[in-house]
Amino acid sequence: MQAKIQTLQEAIATHLFDGATVAMEGFTHLIPFAAGHEIIRQGFKNLELVRMTPDMIYDQLIGAGCVRKLRFSWGGNPGVGSLYRLREAIEKGYPQPLEVDEHSHAAMAAAYAAGASGMPCAIFKGYYGADLEKVNPSIKTLACPFTGERLVAVPAIRPDVTIIHAQKASKKGDVSLEGIVGVQKEAVLAAKAAIVTVEEIVDELQPSSPNAVILPSWTVSAVVHVPGGAKPSYAHGYYSRDNKAYIAWEAISKDREKFNEWLQELKSTDYAV
Amino acid sequence: MQYNSTELMTVVASRILKNSDVCFVGIGLPSAACNLARLTHAPDITLIYESGTIQTKPDVLPLSIGDGELCETALTTVSVPEMFSYWLQGGRITVGFLGGAQIDKFGNINTTVVGDYHKPKVRLPGGGGAPEIAAFCHTIYVIMKQSPRAFVDKVDFITSFGHGDGPGQRKAMGLNTSGPSKIITDLCIMETEEATGEFIVTSIHPGVARETIQENTGWKIRFAGEVATTDAPTLQELEALRVLNEKTKMAHQAKIPCRKFLFARLSAVPSDAMGGVCQG
Repeated sequence: MQAKIQTLQEAIATHLFDGATVAMEGFTHLIPFAAGHEIIRQGFKNLELVRMTPDMIYDQLIGAGCVRKLRFSWGGNPGVGSLYRLREAIEKGYPQPLEVDEHSHAAMAAAYAAGASGMPCAIFKGYYGADLEKVNPSIKTLACPFTGERLVAVPAIRPDVTIIHAQKASKKGDVSLEGIVGVQKEAVLAAKAAIVTVEEIVDELQPSSPNAVILPSWTVSAVVHVPGGAKPSYAHGYYSRDNKAYIAWEAISKDREKFNEWLQELKSTDYAV
Repeated sequence: MQYNSTELMTVVASRILKNSDVCFVGIGLPSAACNLARLTHAPDITLIYESGTIQTKPDVLPLSIGDGELCETALTTVSVPEMFSYWLQGGRITVGFLGGAQIDKFGNINTTVVGDYHKPKVRLPGGGGAPEIAAFCHTIYVIMKQSPRAFVDKVDFITSFGHGDGPGQRKAMGLNTSGPSKIITDLCIMETEEATGEFIVTSIHPGVARETIQENTGWKIRFAGEVATTDAPTLQELEALRVLNEKTKMAHQAKIPCRKFLFARLSAVPSDAMGGVCQG
């Protein structure tokens, strides 16, 4: 099976459904903003979102009322402060209550790797003395069968859909990404379906090294040409992080009315290539 | 030369880092202190950010943990699962530098919630990498502004374990790392007292009274038998820090401020169609 080259509207409409578990990954770099915005426009509900660092894009999806549950490890606007839509959902149940399944980065990274490896759970060393283990029933401890050492297990992440943004894809749908590659390879390989938005579609991929992160066409469901699709995060080699926009988000996120204005504006704007 | 309390904290924190340290760097004050150390007395210090960038030498301070600058100036960039498993859990990192919303006298840190976890008064960002940074780095330094709200008798939630409620607990859990050993504040330096596992004041910054330290600490703070006076920042240290901050500020403001930038459709539209430079 090869990836289909689709439009953003088609790819989101084909693979998303209400209640789906969706992971949109990108560790500060290559965050699939345009795809997230299209999910808001198409009005999906009760999504279970997964992401190590839910930043501005998850704040927007939560504020827009698309999200029922969040599995995450750090929810803030990096270097700026809070995500106020996320906070209002947790603290005040607005616009709807948000169930949280909270972990550490080490646990989330291991859980993605477990998902990609066909494991039911991830086993690692962590959470020594940390209270998260007391409040999250999906964090369990076990003894190493060989040494007796205390280990931790968390369920593998197996998203219905993973969405990432990458620099390039070939016409055949092979994908390459470089720079801070985060946990995207694991997130794609862990998922039942994967959508990849890209800066460029080229005739042939010419990776800069044989060790660049490559996702062969047959591991991806849909490839979408979305130049600028990671803005205001960045795409290494194409554009840099718009830190100013992250700083500006603070005031919009903080105020329901300003957020709703932003949301109306987003909904009335179609992404067009 | 005049300096403010943030500059003082950053300079003092930078001084405790050594050239031979392999340092896991958090965003904000820790990042400023680590890069200041690199630009002054520790040019070969190894800085690692959890985004996967190893041995990075940024020209400007990153706003986020994964700015492109970090990757471009790194010796290598690894994936996030590799960072947390081979490098952090593997025990290759000597110093972890953390901040937090609350810290208690045993160096337990809270960055998760104020109030009850299930009905929080304030929902904070959460642990991120910190629970395992606190476990696996050989030692932990903490940098935080001192106030009674931040320096509390008991944290609402232990995000990252320090010394629990006394000495010996880390060992009992199978941890061989030292845990938090120094806290650098805007008023003083605190260090762990071995016998009690409690943080006590070992150095007071110039011009700070003992009463001020107590007023800004939520527990009955104790002072070491011999308390030093912290050296004031030197001209060279302050200049290096200010140049770094100035470069950083310019870099972070280089983009055009525009609400439409918050939509991911920019490169699809010529910039004049967006009305050129947007104001505000």
